[in-house]
Amino acid sequence: MGVRIETEESTVNAYLDGEIDHHCAPGIRSEIDMAVDAGSPEMLVLDFGEVTFMDSSGIGLVMGRYQVMKNIGGRVCLRNTPKHIKKVMHLAGLDKFANIL
Amino acid sequence: MVQIKNEMRISFRAESCNEALARSVVTAFVMQMDPSVGELADIKTAVSEAVTNSIVHGYRGTKGNVELLCRILENDVFYIRVRDRGCGIEDVAAAMEPLFTTAPEEERAGLGFAVMESFMDNISVRSSVGKGTSVIMKKRILSASLVKAGAAEDERC
Repeated sequence: MGVRIETEESTVNAYLDGEIDHHCAPGIRSEIDMAVDAGSPEMLVLDFGEVTFMDSSGIGLVMGRYQVMKNIGGRVCLRNTPKHIKKVMHLAGLDKFANIL
Repeated sequence: MVQIKNEMRISFRAESCNEALARSVVTAFVMQMDPSVGELADIKTAVSEAVTNSIVHGYRGTKGNVELLCRILENDVFYIRVRDRGCGIEDVAAAMEPLFTTAPEEERAGLGFAVMESFMDNISVRSSVGKGTSVIMKKRILSASLVKAGAAEDERC
């Protein structure tokens, strides 16, 4: 479980992988926030392509990053979201806050 | 009396690293019911929520164990009880309201019970302040019924 970060121009791409739960969410959160602090991007892309499991701890992670980006006038995009993770996101109403692709 | 076809109990320390352990053990037990990918994901997510609640809220700042009791009941029903001996919940109805959380600073979404209710067929919560909480969830594994129906059909052919 973890995250790989790539920053390009005004976008921070965070490629998440493995399982996202309450145990590993804080580590992922701090890595993303460090990249956002360093780059002040207009867009944060959270890529879920390699995520095999996510519970509501991941919802807290996404909503927290949404708030961080909102504070600097930026946006959040959720990309490559597997079907079962989309189900958790829709239940939480995340589609109201961010684009889920 | 509901017939119990198989049963498993496991107890582990209320440490966050054991959330993944709980999901793995329950997955291994449920696999004998031939669940679909979606059914298995639903169960794993619901179990993860219940176990996380015990660790984060039940045992906040204290030590203790979380106990899982898993059963396969008749008619392909999966049963799980997640029990802790933690602080208990004063108002269960309020705790089950979506977005209710006592830990917003940790980015807890307050959706644990909403996920459990949505992903399982039914849930009941018993809690006593100072004594702990039990969450009992059930889900019928529909794909298991379909596999059996398919096998019966094959025998007839």
